[in-house]
Amino acid sequence: MLDIQDLSIRFTRYTFGLKKKETCVVQGLDLSIAPGQVMAVIGQSGAGKSLLAHALLGILPRNAQVEGRVFFKGKPLTPERLSTLRGREIALIPQSITALNPLLRVGVQVARAARLSGISKKDAPTTVNRAFSRYLLQKEVATWFPFQLSGGMARRVLTATATVGMADLILADEPTSGLDPATAKEALGHLRELADTGKAVLLITHDIEAALKIADMVTVFCAGTTVEVASADDFKGLGQLRHPYTRALWNALPANSFIGTMKPIERSPNTTGCPFQTCCNEQDAVCGHSTPELKHSSAGRVRCHHA
Amino acid sequence: MLEAKTLAYRYGKQCSWLFDDLDLQIAPGEIVGMSGPSGRGKSTLAKVLAGYLPPGRGSVMIGGRPLQGSGHCPVQLLFQHPELAVNPRWKVGKILQEGEEPTADLCKDLGLEPAWFDRYPHELSGGELQRICLARALSSGTRYLLCDEMTSMLDALTQAHIWQIILDIARSRRLGLLVISHDTTLITRLCSRNISYFGDTVNH
Repeated sequence: MLDIQDLSIRFTRYTFGLKKKETCVVQGLDLSIAPGQVMAVIGQSGAGKSLLAHALLGILPRNAQVEGRVFFKGKPLTPERLSTLRGREIALIPQSITALNPLLRVGVQVARAARLSGISKKDAPTTVNRAFSRYLLQKEVATWFPFQLSGGMARRVLTATATVGMADLILADEPTSGLDPATAKEALGHLRELADTGKAVLLITHDIEAALKIADMVTVFCAGTTVEVASADDFKGLGQLRHPYTRALWNALPANSFIGTMKPIERSPNTTGCPFQTCCNEQDAVCGHSTPELKHSSAGRVRCHHA
Repeated sequence: MLEAKTLAYRYGKQCSWLFDDLDLQIAPGEIVGMSGPSGRGKSTLAKVLAGYLPPGRGSVMIGGRPLQGSGHCPVQLLFQHPELAVNPRWKVGKILQEGEEPTADLCKDLGLEPAWFDRYPHELSGGELQRICLARALSSGTRYLLCDEMTSMLDALTQAHIWQIILDIARSRRLGLLVISHDTTLITRLCSRNISYFGDTVNH
């Protein structure tokens, strides 16, 4: 369905006067999803998880440069092709409620999404009603404005907006943050259902435990690059995990040993070698001078010299 | 002791009470967890307790006296989205000094780097900005911290790190903490007492 190879995203910023500075936020990112699959993307905040979704939809700000190869359904995803697919075949469930128009009633917004995705004017109201009842939203919610919704309701409205059409690839950006466990489970259940009907779901999250319940595969991001691709089963214990960052992340869960890290993981342009080396317990001379390649390791992939 | 006595709140006369007759006590040094379905008024309760909203009925008492409307509020609230809790047009250094100048020790404990002070809030990551908000909330007059989904936007490593810092500070200053979160494993890990909150009843 979707295949991303060696994607990089750079931002140009003005630092002082007309001096420009280029910051590389995502580099060497690989990811692929098959139809019927839920691919979870987990990792550090600020690792470029949401940027990936925005890059796929071509909605990055103008000072961003995207490089790399992206294939959708076997064909390269060019900006021209993207503009016809966006909203119809590729849909985004945005991270925050600010994605809704604050001055429009939510029912109108869901109906508009349905119309834009190619549903006829006649069928739109019934489709919207069905979407509302599927996400357990009462009828009167359709006449409310976004500011009247609670966090959980807003999330369900956003999900309804993205799934009301017939998109084949759903990008879900943090669909469970701020939801109580019951609602979160339900939201994830809907994503699993969508995948089971043959759609591909890219689940961007930092809630590892929730993601593992529905995901088939997990891609771990760190410092703007893919460090590990693992199957969901590998997260049953520390032994199966390949990359030290994944192990640290797993250890930091409240259900496990709840150990955090002090040092921020940052990729600065001058440093060579592994982006994770400053925080790694297993680093040695090799990590300092060469960046590891993403190599195959049993059913998954890993970017580490020592795996 | 931070106390809510027969507290009630509603957003306007036509609306129904979000919570009614709510009693709650948090002792200094105590860490209380609160969870419950979304949309039932957990965050509203936190805003009432911190004095952002006036109670509809009942009162918020601190050490037996009602919460003062002026001066430094001893009850500080930390929000889920730190980027919405700061002035986007102020540099981080100015934001930090909004309450009082944070001590060097506090900056060191929280791992704040002087390089951040010259930047704008959108140039910091969520975890960094949450630590800035934490430094701002932890001035010397603060007795109680209300953490409303404070780390739910952060990855597990940053979350664990921030909670380690808060627990250390809370222990040394005997702060009372109210932790609002959907993550029940986090609450069991942190809290000595858990309140499951369902809008109208509080089950201890």
